[in-house]
Amino acid sequence: MNAIIITAILGIVLMFSAVFVKSKTTPLYIAIVGIIAAIIANSLEMVNGTPFFDVDTKGMFDFNTFGLMFNNIAFICTLFFFLLSGKDILAVGNNVGEYFALLFFILCGVSIAATFNSLLMLFVGIEIISIPLYILTGTDKRNLKSNEASLKYFLMGAFSTGIMLMGIAFIYGGSPNGSFILGTLNLGGDKMPALLAVGMVLLLIAMSFKVSAAPFHFWTPDVYDGAPTVFTSFMATVVKAAGFVAFIRLFENSFGTIQPQWQMLIAIVTAATLLIGNITAVFQQSVKRMLAYSSIAQAGFMLFALFALNVKAKDGLLLYSAGYSLATIGIFAILIKMKDYTIEGFNGLAKTQPILAITALVFLLSLTGVPLTAGFISKFYMLMAAAENGQMVWLIVLAVLCAAISAYYYFRVIQAMFFKEPAEGVQTEGAITPAFKAMLVITAAFIIIIGCYPEMILYWFHSY
Amino acid sequence: MNCDNIYITFPELLIWFPLVAGLIAFMLRKPAMVKAWALLASIITLCISLASLLYITDGEKNFCLNNVSYVWLQYIGSSFAVGLDGTGLVLTLLTAIAFPLIFAATYKNNYKNGHVFYGLMLLAQAGLMGVFTAIDALVFYFFWELALVPVYFLCSRWGGEKRIQATFKFFVYTFAGSLLMLVGILYVYQHTGGTSHSDHSFSLKAFQTVKLAMADQKWLFWLFFAAFAIKMPIFPFHTWQPDTYEQAPTATTMVLSGIMVKMGLFAVIRWLIPVFPEATALFDNVVIGLSVVGMLYASCIAIVQDDLKRLVAYSSIAHIGLMCAALFSAQQVAIQGVMIQMFSHGVNIIGLWIVIDIIEKQLGVRKLSQLGGLAHKAPVLTVMLVIIALANIALPLTNAFVGEFMMFSGLFKYNVWITAAAGISIILAAVYTLNMIQKVFLGQANTLTEGVKDIGWEQRIVLSILVVLIFMMGLFPQPMFDLTKGAVEGLISNFKNG
Repeated sequence: MNAIIITAILGIVLMFSAVFVKSKTTPLYIAIVGIIAAIIANSLEMVNGTPFFDVDTKGMFDFNTFGLMFNNIAFICTLFFFLLSGKDILAVGNNVGEYFALLFFILCGVSIAATFNSLLMLFVGIEIISIPLYILTGTDKRNLKSNEASLKYFLMGAFSTGIMLMGIAFIYGGSPNGSFILGTLNLGGDKMPALLAVGMVLLLIAMSFKVSAAPFHFWTPDVYDGAPTVFTSFMATVVKAAGFVAFIRLFENSFGTIQPQWQMLIAIVTAATLLIGNITAVFQQSVKRMLAYSSIAQAGFMLFALFALNVKAKDGLLLYSAGYSLATIGIFAILIKMKDYTIEGFNGLAKTQPILAITALVFLLSLTGVPLTAGFISKFYMLMAAAENGQMVWLIVLAVLCAAISAYYYFRVIQAMFFKEPAEGVQTEGAITPAFKAMLVITAAFIIIIGCYPEMILYWFHSY
Repeated sequence: MNCDNIYITFPELLIWFPLVAGLIAFMLRKPAMVKAWALLASIITLCISLASLLYITDGEKNFCLNNVSYVWLQYIGSSFAVGLDGTGLVLTLLTAIAFPLIFAATYKNNYKNGHVFYGLMLLAQAGLMGVFTAIDALVFYFFWELALVPVYFLCSRWGGEKRIQATFKFFVYTFAGSLLMLVGILYVYQHTGGTSHSDHSFSLKAFQTVKLAMADQKWLFWLFFAAFAIKMPIFPFHTWQPDTYEQAPTATTMVLSGIMVKMGLFAVIRWLIPVFPEATALFDNVVIGLSVVGMLYASCIAIVQDDLKRLVAYSSIAHIGLMCAALFSAQQVAIQGVMIQMFSHGVNIIGLWIVIDIIEKQLGVRKLSQLGGLAHKAPVLTVMLVIIALANIALPLTNAFVGEFMMFSGLFKYNVWITAAAGISIILAAVYTLNMIQKVFLGQANTLTEGVKDIGWEQRIVLSILVVLIFMMGLFPQPMFDLTKGAVEGLISNFKNG
């Protein structure tokens, strides 16, 4: 509850800060202090079990450790995002206060999506996430690609929202006691009523759209490519992870008992996502677009949590959220500083900007899933969860083969940075301050620490 | 067991010391200093490894000195567990001996960004030590991959013209293989311990005592074997190997061919045969068949090679094929032979690479057709090479003879026809090795080789050490047998039970 209320208040404060404060950097500092406050408040709720604000939610929320733990991970990743790319948010346009306000509204939506216990709250959470994102995608007002991306995202998003509402309506109509609360839908075991089954499939489609799982991923590359790079970074990490947490919460709590009936469906979606994401990423020349496809590919791995739906899957999803988000935020922070977004633009970066190149190496190795990095341990947990499930070995073998394919496109960037000669002229633009470099090193260090000692995160989840 | 008053164990020292030394090397900027540091660090590692040989007998204190386990991932039952046993000792010793020799032999080579080069080399050593001492499947997988990453950078950064593509092929091949092994590890893990999920464990003991149904063993065997076969490499997974050996900087090629290929054989001994005894017994003919085909194929290609590096690369495929075949023959004498041959092959092939490096550094070429008559100009080099080359084709008195003789006698008990086919490769080995000696060292010197100088003192020392090792092990192999006896008997009992 703390997280939802504090982020909402901060959103409003930041919105008005633009009116009352003239300085352009003030909203960034408010945002950093605010997100730290949100982390502390949320942690206290997790440890003590009681929120600051005693609100009777009538069972529409369930503040369990998984959701609260995810809030913490999302907030900490956002803190890293602010510290690494905050200056670049200021550079997007003039309405800085609004950008931060929208980001905090998204975080409010993330907290709702991570702790909902009612289909209505799921809808509210997902919409609070989506609507600010439509706006943020279009913030580069004079860029046609940004406008196109925003409109495309809005139209497709509105469509999927419609499908989700329809799914919720079907389920409400189909469940005998007419309830929105997840645990009480009364699905009727093996003989699920047709209305409920249709509702479930519609929800599956809508959620797949939100997390950009194939075959509902078509919006992702264009939107990620068109949006200002700072916001792509946020969209591809915290928001996507929140989508998965909502997805697994929905399916575990409402359809967990009938898992065998939908497991094959998820397996097909997972396989399609892995194949399409990885194979298409191989052909990209622009690093930004490549990262868009890689985010689809990584979504394929996160879908394993849904496929397996056990304790290790939840552990894995938490680790994946942290590891994948940090690495992607880091690589995007470097990408923003590059003049040329193609892979050739990275040529010889190790010579001109060694710190950037070495930290980018850690981020890319983590995305590939090489041991010692958070990326490995999170992929490992996902595979372990699926193996514990015991079925469909082919899916796991397919996943590791796709991971091997992913080495191909991540290593193209590594090869460019380390083994090729730099082109003439300056490669980077914007100030690369010592503070930025230090922050990159801290992010990379975090990735390695999580990779060596993942129980740093899991301990919290298992103890409270 | 009470291990209270022991603060650090040998396997830990063998892993952490090169690792820390490598990290220190990254910080040293002066080229001369970093070279000296790398050499010194590798000699200290060798001393640690030699010291560990003094504590191999049974006993509580020695056990404590050679085994250690810390809780690492408590929720999934994985510990940071490392230990030294017979097989591990042979290979850690080889790793420890090889690195100072490599550093000394290439001491005169100057690398751009030398601190990174030597730092990565030492990290690779740490990774290899980890692979040979890990007794927890997850730790093993960690080191298995971590040994690869520095080598990838070494080859791609300091290698030959086509280094980027060649090394990338190598990386993707081995990475894909390792990931298949990871799936295998996960499935074996699900069957370890009791029925509840909290009882599972990644420890070697749990893996070796796991009871798997035959149907599961069949496909799990191939998941593991894919990773090991690519690393060795076994036909038809060998295509990365000649390209990578050719393109890698010679110091790294020595690590790759001398030590890293042994990772595959070692993994078969420790993680494949004991975990899947029934599947091993079922598929031994397939594996041996592939190995023998690979031996003959690689030997034939080696004969027509004009490039010295490629020639040695193909000869290495043939030798590894024989070791793999002997391993799966399940005969005590053959496996004993494999143990000794793993060490001998490492020594011999590193010697060959050193000679090739000397020639290439002096003349700038390594084509057989462009060389000739070196014997007149560089007699010491020639003598050294001839000894090493003859050891490579297993002439009596040399180290490889002992190993190959035992492997063949074991294979003979397994199947006469297979042995006969494998035997042809000995003749082929003689053909390409003698051909190489003839073309490079004998005959008339041409304009290119006219001005060759003999080798310097540091190369004399290194090659002499190798030659002494060759004869020492050829004449007196008993210490090596004693070292590996327990490990071999343990392995054989696995076959019997299986």
